[in-house]
Amino acid sequence: MGLTGIQIYKLLPQTNCKECGEPTCLAFAMKLAAGKADISLCPYVSEDAKAKLSEATAPPIREFTIGTGTNAVKVGGETVMFRHEKTFFNPTPVAVMIKDTESDDVVASKLERIKSICFERVGKKLCVDMVALKNESGDKAKFMTLLEKASAIDKPMIIMTDNLETLKESAEKYKDKRPILYAATSANADEVAKIASATGLPVVAKGNGLDEVSSVTAKLASAGIKDIAIDSSAKNIKDAVKDNVFARRASIKQKIKEVGYPTFVVVNEITQDPMLEAVIAAGLISQYAGIVVISDPDPAKILPITVSRMNVFTDPQRPMVVEQGIYPINNPDENSPVIITVNFALTYFIVSAEIEASRVPCWLMIMDTEGLSVLTAWSAGKFVADAMAAYVKKTDITQKVKHRKIIIPGYVAQLSGEFQEELGEGWEVQIGPREAADLPKFLKMWKL
Amino acid sequence: MAFKEPVEKYNNSITEVSISDLKVGGQSVLTGIYSFDGPVPNPPKIAMEVLDVKPEEWPQTLVDAVGDVYDDPVKWALKCQNEFKADMICLSLVSTDPNGMNRSAEEAAKTAKAVLDAINIPLIVYGSLNSEKDGEVMKAVGEACHGKVILLGPADDENYRTVGGASLGYQHKVAAASPIDVNLAKQLNILLGNLGVPLESIVIDPTTGGLGYGIEYTFSVMQRIRLAALAQGDDKLKSPFINMIGKEAWKAREAKISESEEPSFGNLATRGILWEAITAINLLIAGSDIMVLRHPESVKLVRSFMNEFFK
Ligand code: B12
Ligand code: SF4
Repeated sequence: MGLTGIQIYKLLPQTNCKECGEPTCLAFAMKLAAGKADISLCPYVSEDAKAKLSEATAPPIREFTIGTGTNAVKVGGETVMFRHEKTFFNPTPVAVMIKDTESDDVVASKLERIKSICFERVGKKLCVDMVALKNESGDKAKFMTLLEKASAIDKPMIIMTDNLETLKESAEKYKDKRPILYAATSANADEVAKIASATGLPVVAKGNGLDEVSSVTAKLASAGIKDIAIDSSAKNIKDAVKDNVFARRASIKQKIKEVGYPTFVVVNEITQDPMLEAVIAAGLISQYAGIVVISDPDPAKILPITVSRMNVFTDPQRPMVVEQGIYPINNPDENSPVIITVNFALTYFIVSAEIEASRVPCWLMIMDTEGLSVLTAWSAGKFVADAMAAYVKKTDITQKVKHRKIIIPGYVAQLSGEFQEELGEGWEVQIGPREAADLPKFLKMWKL
Repeated sequence: MAFKEPVEKYNNSITEVSISDLKVGGQSVLTGIYSFDGPVPNPPKIAMEVLDVKPEEWPQTLVDAVGDVYDDPVKWALKCQNEFKADMICLSLVSTDPNGMNRSAEEAAKTAKAVLDAINIPLIVYGSLNSEKDGEVMKAVGEACHGKVILLGPADDENYRTVGGASLGYQHKVAAASPIDVNLAKQLNILLGNLGVPLESIVIDPTTGGLGYGIEYTFSVMQRIRLAALAQGDDKLKSPFINMIGKEAWKAREAKISESEEPSFGNLATRGILWEAITAINLLIAGSDIMVLRHPESVKLVRSFMNEFFK
């Protein structure tokens, strides 16, 4: 469905005015085709052309937002099968389900945990992203009470009820919070489409398998609904993986519009085992799931699930880096230890967190190693004695401290002699522990 | 409109490698769990890792799980076989490390032989990851275990002659390890091939980081190797994969640090087990054929996940 550069060129004004920053309209068209420019950069393109272009360049999997404000999540928008082709974009939100049959205490404690579970890792926040609210009781009043409580924690909501009247009422009441409605089925797609279009809310299309799902999304689409997620109702791991893989292939490779939506998987309907639930959730995130719902807001599960997600969704072309420089930690002074390491963001965050935890004031020297970890950079000839010495000499570390001692990571102990030689007279290279986890102990014993 | 299932089967397949009476590889689909794309003659296997000495730095979660057998590799291996239902045993000869206990190759070979004789599932023997010493050790192990087929490793670009030689000389299989790189993996298979080691005797160890510590690189390199093998038919990359998962996963701070030190992280045992299981699931998705794990509970979890694909 994507347009070629030439096809796009035909839609442009063809005046070569250069305002888009490209020398010619053709050059701009080529960039657009490659997904490397945005159409809004050309001030003269017609509305009609814009509409054609945005349809043609829209990602094969619909992208939309659920929730509002800082906690809103973006789903879908993926363009590739494999992360080595291009980054996966929108990290799969993890939702925790609360049923209106659960006791008040359970509801309160779950909401509290959903609100508060948040880890910081490599400068990013890993949290429970959404709350899925299920009208298990069938009772409207009960469900509305649950929604009321849940809306207070301000996480994007999934409104799950089989009752159309309840769905309608809750959609109207909470439409400003932009929840997603669950679910449109073969039986009720027309009515749910009405609710969704009246409130402008996204909706989950649910069916038994992708075949039925396709017919539901087709109905919704013909009623003008665009923001759709799809639930194939998988009841076992194999079907869940298969449906996610097939939906991704069909939308990306064959441009089948009916499944060109983020998938929605209720993991707690696949298993009752809480440990296995976490494993399946993580597995499905790596296997193209658009949104996953689990039952248990347990930090010991959310942490590995979201770290796994973070790994899969990082840019495979470019490691995350931090800037080269000297970072003061815990208010160091002229007698504080000096530590050197690489600028791979992961390494930096691990090492700096341990130094912080030790409460020992330190100077942390971060050297540009193009984002490679300690041993990788060492093997690649970037974190080696002469380069390190050149970097140290270039900085003003000798103005910050009186002493001439520098601590290196234990994994590169072998370069200590050469490093000391390169640094020259007066310097003492000290070998730190291998794992950062052992740094606090080491630093507490450190003496000038 | 009816949804047509976009199955993807390739014209090439992963080389089938037999280790004793167990086979790995043989599939023409992207990963061993894609049984919906086509037949998987040999579903992925779970090996449990046994060390040849009492592990000194293991987190308590692991020590407790393995129990009182962890200072006896034979008992430990038997427990993994009988109680934890491992498909294979991976004996890690960590005590041979010249920078550590520096046990001799002969001693290591004795341990390997004792374990091999005790168990009735196939054996993998890994060295201490000191290239030179591993060459020496694998030669002795290969000889001591002659008569049964085991998987020796890792062979790398420095010691492939000795480790590959041990495989050739005593009819064992060999794990070829290279640092997370498609070309290096291919290169090593070529070098082993030049030595006379047939592709039917090689599995690739692509090297891995644990969850949160570089696993994403391995994930993508494995997928690229699989695509090269299956879609492009690159013979030299058609080998099955082995991944040393437990060793990496349990290094992670998150898998080890106590709840009192990191209250926000939650229960330590849950976290540690999931750290290993989720590392494994990712690599399984990326195409792993032999997953080497440490904790019996993560073994169960990975098994439960995998079994569904072969019902
Ligand atoms: C992911 C990875 C890669 C990624 C790069 C990731 C990156 N951004 O660096 C890729 C795939 C690109 C890669 C490439 C290579 N890699 Co690589 N890679 C790894 C892997 C799996 C994990 C590395 C990682 O991310 N670690 C996590 C970070 C946080 O660790 P870290 O920086 O060391 O920090 C820890 C400690 O050092 C300590 N610490 C850090 N700073 C400090 C400071 C002080 C003072 C102290 C006390 C402690 C401390 O704290 C941290 C946590 O404890 C390791 C194997 C493994 N399982 O560890 C191999 C590994 C590092 N790679 C290796 C090699 C050889 C290479 C290549 C040279 C291969 C090749 N020939 O192409 C290339 C080099 C890169 C290049 N030419 O561009 C080898 C190094 C061998 C050796 N012993 O020297 C390893 C060990 C694999 C192996 N066993 O063969 N690699
Ligand atoms: S701004 Fe528009 S009209 Fe001007 S050169 Fe660029 S594409 Fe052409």
